[in-house]
Amino acid sequence: MFKILTKQELAPNVKMFEMDAPLIARKAQPGQFVILRIDEDGERVPLTIADFNREKGTITLIFQEVGGTTQLLGKLNEGESILDLVGPLGKPTHIENFGTVVCVGGGIGIAPVYPIARGMKEAGNNVVSIIGARSKDILIYEEEMAAVSNTLHITTDDGSAGHKGFVTDPLKQMLESGEKIGLVVAIGPVIMMRNVAETTRPYGVPTVVSLNPIMVDGTGMCGGCRVSVGNENKFACVDGPEFDAHKVDFAGLVTRQRMYKPQEKSHSEHCANHGKGGCQCHSH
Amino acid sequence: MSLSLEKHKMPEQEPKVRAKNFSEVALGYTAEIAKAEADRCLSCKAAPCRQGCPVGVDIPAFIKHIKENDLDAAITSIKNVNGLPAVCGRVCPQEEQCEKHCVLGKKGESVGIGRLERYAADYARHKGEVVEKVKYAADAKKVAVIGSGPAGLSAAGTLAKLGYKVTIFEALHAPGGVLMYGIPEFRLPKEIVQAEINNLRKMGVEIAVNAVIGKTFTVDELMEEEGFSAVFIGSGAGLPHFMGVPGENLNGVYSANEFLTRCNLMKAYKFPECGTPIHVGKKVAVVGGGNVAMDGARTALRLGAEEVYIVYRRSENELPARREEVHHAKEEGIEFKLLTAPLEVMGNEEGWVTGLKCIKMELGEPDASGRRRPVEIPGSEFVLDVDTVIIAIGQGPNPLVQSTTKGLDSNKKGNIIASDETGATSKPGVFAGGDVVTGAATVILAMGAGKKAAAAIDEYLTAKK
Repeated sequence: MFKILTKQELAPNVKMFEMDAPLIARKAQPGQFVILRIDEDGERVPLTIADFNREKGTITLIFQEVGGTTQLLGKLNEGESILDLVGPLGKPTHIENFGTVVCVGGGIGIAPVYPIARGMKEAGNNVVSIIGARSKDILIYEEEMAAVSNTLHITTDDGSAGHKGFVTDPLKQMLESGEKIGLVVAIGPVIMMRNVAETTRPYGVPTVVSLNPIMVDGTGMCGGCRVSVGNENKFACVDGPEFDAHKVDFAGLVTRQRMYKPQEKSHSEHCANHGKGGCQCHSH
Repeated sequence: MSLSLEKHKMPEQEPKVRAKNFSEVALGYTAEIAKAEADRCLSCKAAPCRQGCPVGVDIPAFIKHIKENDLDAAITSIKNVNGLPAVCGRVCPQEEQCEKHCVLGKKGESVGIGRLERYAADYARHKGEVVEKVKYAADAKKVAVIGSGPAGLSAAGTLAKLGYKVTIFEALHAPGGVLMYGIPEFRLPKEIVQAEINNLRKMGVEIAVNAVIGKTFTVDELMEEEGFSAVFIGSGAGLPHFMGVPGENLNGVYSANEFLTRCNLMKAYKFPECGTPIHVGKKVAVVGGGNVAMDGARTALRLGAEEVYIVYRRSENELPARREEVHHAKEEGIEFKLLTAPLEVMGNEEGWVTGLKCIKMELGEPDASGRRRPVEIPGSEFVLDVDTVIIAIGQGPNPLVQSTTKGLDSNKKGNIIASDETGATSKPGVFAGGDVVTGAATVILAMGAGKKAAAAIDEYLTAKK
């Protein structure tokens, strides 16, 4: 069992857990993820590690309540536990001194960008971060990102905070101004990551995205997370989750993410009807 | 005494009934049938059956005990060398092993050794086995076992009996490896697997789940920091192969590993009570001809598919699956498209499977494997109307352990190089066995390898003292 030490609501439907997980905290690196399972009937859900504290033996998870499982997760309170937590999985972000690194985070994707920005800063990079959300009330990690960035740009779709527009706007300005950028790292909705890839492509600036396809085991066993990268199939769980954004088949990724849309709805309804603390209806 | 030339049939669920449930297909011998089948054994001195058993079960001895109705003695005799008889009695390819060598097989059918093994094991389980906790010496050494499939369980059990403190590290949330995620409930009830694993726990074996070696710990850390004197790697062949044809990433295409894991381990058949969904579709093509393909096809049928096809590029004679499984699949209504090779998975605009484009094959000259090579018949392309495709063309070794362990040599295919006899690898103190060494094979071969390696680890650690 893995205990929830602290719980915070960062934005409507966006929750943050600090989990007691010393073995994972000991090894976690920026860019890696965990898989969790709430209870015996639960599905395995991958979540990127938003932060880790080796001394305290904790990892931070941030999730948006979008489906049945994340809704159930969001109902859990401090002091309660989940059944399974495994990791750190996937390859860590390649961190070195690239000169200037632009870290782009969209929506909930800002959370996993944070440890990468921090790592890049520690490696001596000039870190320019661009974070964006639909509106101010769902923008997370503003202070945290400011603390690990040399420059922070904020964008919102509705202009309620920072620049009105998309994360690609400040990025485009930087590229057009001829500023030398060593690397762009982008994490967020697939559409956003694709737009970032298309923005940097004409300039030939190396760009990395972190993919979140559907997964079961997270160790290379099922192949459910396969994604075409440079016309070659890769498993996001073991070959990624980070890939060269200019080679990723985003259209294929979007299609595969829709595979269980009808089931997600029925699971969400089931969970909503069968209340607190997990699917207790079929408890063993 | 007149002996039947045929082995006694095992009662089974009716094909039409069982095709709609996940309960075990074969129901096991009754006491009367078991006794009658045991009586067919000639107790011949030469006991050629024994040479066919990878773990060396004393077959005539345990059958003699069944004849004499001393089932406790029968199971003790088996368990001396085989820690998982209830599993082996169900999934071993006995017709290729012990039963192949049975004297009775020359004139009729061999003794039903597997069925009798299962009978003895089920007797013991239902009666409630008494498992004694291992008494560890004060200076007992720690051994790590990576993977809790057949190889790991067998190594762990053998090592514990020898007095070693064993910890099994399992990447998934439940121990059992392929016995849990791969082989379906209707062929191997999970309750049986868990009972065997609980017996190991009672002996004193510790099982750490959610522990991915290569990630959570490395082999080097286990040995240098966690105090393990030796390591056995039995991480299996878990990496699914895909065909490399167009359309393989369409929605509705699964690796058999994923399809079976969703159903077996994650209980997707209970969705939405259980959170893991599965897409079954109405018409399913399973590509491949091995046991995993049969498992995938029969699972799809039980999940509600209306038509299920096996698509295999060679002929019936070359099907690698057990005859019994092919027979069961046919009885349940699985349709075999033999001498048929897939060319492309067809899809619609939304990215879903709409068909499997195939070509007919004929058998040509024998290839490197000694089997006649399938050759395409020009112009024979056709589209099989399906909405789900399950790919069961084999698995390779998962590279996580190999790629993170210093000084551990693998071959080109990624299999760990280890001695046949001892499981010793290129790295001192590290042994390996099962599918990660041999490539995908059988449960009993993996168990045999685990057992041999356990003996070799004992020898290695004793010599080191």
